[in-house]
Amino acid sequence: MFLWLTKRLSQAAMVVLAMTVIVFIGLHLLGNPVDVLLSPEATALERERLIADLGLDRPLWMQYFAFLQGIWHGNMGTSFVFNMPALDLIKQRLPATLELAMAALLIALVIGLPCGLVAGLKPKAWYSRLMMSGSVLGFSLPTFWVGLMLIMVFSVRLGWLPSSGRGETVTLLGVQWSIFTRDGLAHLVLPAINLALFKVSMVMRLTRAGVAEAAKMDYVRFARAKGLSGRRIVGVHILKNILIPVVTVVGMEFGSTIAFAVVTESIFAYPGMGKLIIDSINQLDRPVIVAYLIVIVIMFVVINLVVDVLYRLLDPRVRLEGKA
Amino acid sequence: MRLPLLFAAGTPSRRVLADFMRSPAAVAGLAVFLLIAVAALAAPLIAPQDPYALAQLDIMDGRLPPGSESMAGFTYLLGTDDQGRDMWSAILYGMRISLGVGLVSAVFACLVGTFLGLFAAYVGGRTESLVMRLVDLQLSFPTILVALMILAIMGKSIVNVILALVIVEWAYYARTVRGAALVERNKEYIEAGRGLRLSGARLMLRHLLPNCLPPIIVIGTMQIARAIALEATLSFLGLGVPITEPSLGLLIANGNQYMQAGLYWISVYPGVALLLIIVSINMVGDRLRDVLNPRLNK
Amino acid sequence: MTGAVLSVKGLATEFQTREGALRAVDGISFDLMPGQVMGLVGESGSGKSVTGYSIMGLIDEPGRIVEGSILYRGRELVGLTEAQWRHLRGDRIAMIFQDPMMTLNPVLRVDTQLIETIRAHRKMTRDAARDQACRALEKVGIPAPQERLRAYPHQLSGGMRQRIAIAIALLHEPEIIIADEPTTALDVTIQAQILAEVQKLAREQGTALIWITHDLTVVAGLADTVAVMYGGQLVEQGRVVDVLDRPLHPYSAGLIASLPSSNVDARRLAQIPGMTPKLGEFPSGCAFRTRCSRATPACHAVPAVSSPAPGRTFRCFHPMEESR
Repeated sequence: MFLWLTKRLSQAAMVVLAMTVIVFIGLHLLGNPVDVLLSPEATALERERLIADLGLDRPLWMQYFAFLQGIWHGNMGTSFVFNMPALDLIKQRLPATLELAMAALLIALVIGLPCGLVAGLKPKAWYSRLMMSGSVLGFSLPTFWVGLMLIMVFSVRLGWLPSSGRGETVTLLGVQWSIFTRDGLAHLVLPAINLALFKVSMVMRLTRAGVAEAAKMDYVRFARAKGLSGRRIVGVHILKNILIPVVTVVGMEFGSTIAFAVVTESIFAYPGMGKLIIDSINQLDRPVIVAYLIVIVIMFVVINLVVDVLYRLLDPRVRLEGKA
Repeated sequence: MRLPLLFAAGTPSRRVLADFMRSPAAVAGLAVFLLIAVAALAAPLIAPQDPYALAQLDIMDGRLPPGSESMAGFTYLLGTDDQGRDMWSAILYGMRISLGVGLVSAVFACLVGTFLGLFAAYVGGRTESLVMRLVDLQLSFPTILVALMILAIMGKSIVNVILALVIVEWAYYARTVRGAALVERNKEYIEAGRGLRLSGARLMLRHLLPNCLPPIIVIGTMQIARAIALEATLSFLGLGVPITEPSLGLLIANGNQYMQAGLYWISVYPGVALLLIIVSINMVGDRLRDVLNPRLNK
Repeated sequence: MTGAVLSVKGLATEFQTREGALRAVDGISFDLMPGQVMGLVGESGSGKSVTGYSIMGLIDEPGRIVEGSILYRGRELVGLTEAQWRHLRGDRIAMIFQDPMMTLNPVLRVDTQLIETIRAHRKMTRDAARDQACRALEKVGIPAPQERLRAYPHQLSGGMRQRIAIAIALLHEPEIIIADEPTTALDVTIQAQILAEVQKLAREQGTALIWITHDLTVVAGLADTVAVMYGGQLVEQGRVVDVLDRPLHPYSAGLIASLPSSNVDARRLAQIPGMTPKLGEFPSGCAFRTRCSRATPACHAVPAVSSPAPGRTFRCFHPMEESR
């Protein structure tokens, strides 16, 4: 296990490094990096200083190392628009996006798992077929359109839920959380549902496929031959078998959820990382874009790693490979 | 079981078609899609107004609800936007852009991906590993981020959008094609022994490619819908097609600001059109998948 | 027969397929006395496994029992609800399957799978159940049962897993055990061991055993009576010594003759000509007539069951004793 972990960690490090190279090349090949990292209104003096600071007169590979060093120390430039270090800006917005993503995944699991379970156990029933057709809609409908519709129905017409912003927050451990306030929750509901829609369909289909396959397995038949109750067979025997692939897929999708939050946050004006990056792209706030890219890559790699480890822990066949 | 889906009339393809027709949802989806495609193609002929001809627009006609009469004598079937543009015409032209971008990018992605997938399966060895690593890397990042970054760097234009979509999508094709080709390669390899090495790449294509067609068709269909949805999302966020050639996504974005004021038609109808396109394609694709791959899990 | 623990009369099970209804089991009748070991012999496709599942009520859509009755101590089993079955299965009637790898759930520990069977039928604490599980493993000859309990199925050998399955079957001292080719998937050396152990345990507890197999030699060493199946029909049954010494049905005779042990040295191994047809392709009338050297036009009709002595039956127009 330890050996595998080390191998995996080094793999992850390679990916991050590869991404930094790509970003670095992107910065340099596609235009003068000074223009990229400097506000258009900078004076000639500031330009000179930046060139010296960045060491743009030095050979390329040295610049790359300086770039890496900057990342290591958390220095990725200053935002033009907000006039604060790009990394700090992202750190500020991160909790909102994380909350949103986790809420969405929770909704996806809470709705998707039971529905998929039912659809898998009774595939020919009318409600199962309805759910499966519904799931096609779930992954076809573009997220942004659903968001618009949600706003129109629940905010504009019914006025039940707010359509923008984050609501009140509570500071816990130095981080701002909105789930602990009623107002914050109200602001979270619509965006979370919007973000969850795609995932609900996915979880439902995945669960259904897994259950349908598990139900045909010999161990289910044997469990029935032992006289176990249906509840035990489904709740323990089948569920434990499908939970492993479902959880790992959902874990991997966590990263994708954070990415897709870009759309949801824009529509709901939710002040998270996603909205930040869209605004930054539109406002050409390049340091923020660079910092965002690096942060996202690192997050993805970490998430993938964690999911991999989790999978190995959950599946006894994989976990105990070395033993018997 | 090999299912050579050649389009000459043969029993396999007829059987596939018959199976396909058995699902009313899929047939309905196909019908809707064809209708829309025809309407989009014929837009210059059936649209009462050319939404790009600025001279035609009368701002006094702006923000009229559906069913209003225009100065020029025709009915604004779906109302007008803030500039006085007929929504029905705008939607027709918008569908052209949406469908066009989606189809072109899907086709190119298919070509690139299929070629690379076949190439990887044929050549094998380190080249194959390299290509597949690239595919894995590409697929581990969410499509929207990659597309956003490409457009952020390269600027907005239809060509760039297509390019971004192709870059995002080729990996799916490559992975699937390589997988299917690998199955075939392994089979033949064992049977023919060294003989296979002597056959040229063309023969390989003739062997490998037909086996890959069913998954390509299934994936291709779903990818078209994804491409259209992705383009709409990008345009909606302001990072897709330029304002001079509005796709449905852009139209929706434009109309968004008027929703609160109750002028819903500027945003909702383009949205409905987009929805019809995407859902119909997905219905068709879903059914194709069930029909072409009966043993695959849904 | 009175006193019989199991009484099967005219059992027929069909499966609905695209080509119509397939009769996997066609008019089977036999009685099982307490403590009796019956070998159910036949090739694959003869319907022997389906018979076993039918008796346990484990026939699922698209199959169902269409005719006949199965009496367990006078109680009709055909048509019982799942709830009623749950009380019987694992408690009074148990089943052992062929492939031990897939019968035990790979993601659950051995002790979980034993304890749940115990507690499904008796109220007891976990610890008491665990003790009983440990003793059950000892009884089937598993060394160091405490450690084995904590293991996962994939950590154990095939023979060990099958012993566990047997232990599970014996947990509540059932009156009937149906064993569906339990040793086919195991090494020959292990086979003999397991056979001996099961025989011993069955005798100790007075359990009636239906041992389903394609291997006559197993039956010869193990069973009291044997029933031979072909094409879904019971073509011959009787005491093992009787049937093996003087088979009445040509198929049984053919089977016995094709055993390597029956072979006289240096002679070619006798074989039944032709191949067993697939289910649904058996000839009308006597299912064996296309491969039988004694077939006549009379065999186009279905032969009725003849019973020359109590417990001895056969279905043939031209049994072996008859002179040609």
